[in-house]
Amino acid sequence: MFFPISHAHVSPIYLVIVGFLIGVLGGFFGVGGSFIAGPALRLVGIEWNFAVGTDLAHIVGKSIVAAKRHRALGNVDLRLGLIMAIGTIAGAEGGAQLIEVFKRAGNVNVVVSVVSIVIYVGISTFMMWESWKTLARAKRSAGPKKSAVRASKADESAFQHVTKAIQGWRVPPMITLQESGVTISLWISLLVAFIGGLCSGFLGGGAGYIRMPSMVYVLGIPTHLAVGTDLFEIIISASYGTFTHAIKGNVDILIALVMNTGAAVGAQLGAISTQYFAGPKIRLAFVPLPLIGAAIVIYTMFSGHKL
Amino acid sequence: MNPRTKTEVRRTLRAFVVELLIYAVLVTAYFFAVLHFLGGWLVRLETEHIRTYAIVAILLIIGQAVVLEAITTGLLRFLRGGRSE
Repeated sequence: MFFPISHAHVSPIYLVIVGFLIGVLGGFFGVGGSFIAGPALRLVGIEWNFAVGTDLAHIVGKSIVAAKRHRALGNVDLRLGLIMAIGTIAGAEGGAQLIEVFKRAGNVNVVVSVVSIVIYVGISTFMMWESWKTLARAKRSAGPKKSAVRASKADESAFQHVTKAIQGWRVPPMITLQESGVTISLWISLLVAFIGGLCSGFLGGGAGYIRMPSMVYVLGIPTHLAVGTDLFEIIISASYGTFTHAIKGNVDILIALVMNTGAAVGAQLGAISTQYFAGPKIRLAFVPLPLIGAAIVIYTMFSGHKL
Repeated sequence: MNPRTKTEVRRTLRAFVVELLIYAVLVTAYFFAVLHFLGGWLVRLETEHIRTYAIVAILLIIGQAVVLEAITTGLLRFLRGGRSE
């Protein structure tokens, strides 16, 4: 099928399948999935600028479907999502400026590659350690069996003592997030979102790989709510990104619409599946995702092919 | 996973496969009808009025997502006898 905006010939079935896979990941983990979508679009010959912009447009659609499903499951904290969106957009602009600084210095590729590998591997290692430890502790202190859904919503973390300490920093204004059951300083929430946005602007993609874990470990949001809220937040920040890319001529909306037909089903499947897994298990399953991102960066560094 | 949950998962998966088949037919029709008619207009918009194109692009993806979510939820609810989750 010929897509006249990006002048690319791509099989719609391929786009639907890619959309479906990213939809499942997005619905289950609350990530945008750009570390897979970008390379998948490049693989079939779509120009880099179109791959980035079109991916963002598709992320908007997929996140709407997944966030609506998570909302129905009671997994979206709208108040937190709106606060996070403000911090993310500001951070993304900061990240884009940082890119310009390193571009002028002439070492942007090396810096971005090294920073992204360190962040990806760091997140994976930490989450593997934490979720493993939490699951082992839960196994040791296992009481009578709870019902599947009740057990799945139960969320404990081996890092909880640090989270509690962060929640103890009472820098006004304090905000109460009733849906998440957390009271925390507005500034800490904005800082977490800003860092996520900074990573998004600096390293590319939606940076769900850093925002979702940050919400759990820093803000103390239960994993299911962090997944749903992250998706809601992505709708706003990715819409902003789509608009800025579209006016630069980087969005082929026809490709995004086709991808979204697969993503709609995948996102539903991913979101529904979260009901059957407890928070630490979702976090443990999340571990390979940043590692895939790291592997792609290492591949592009050493092969010279920009996937 | 206890036997009740297993049965539930199996039921969801079965409904999901049927949903996928019905959905595939709808999507194929969608490709050939809607995208075919929209293609030319969107290309013109992209070359002549890029800001309008940017707004239309966002509205299209949001609109499609809302409609697809309603369709997939409706199909799943129908196939599972009134329950979508």
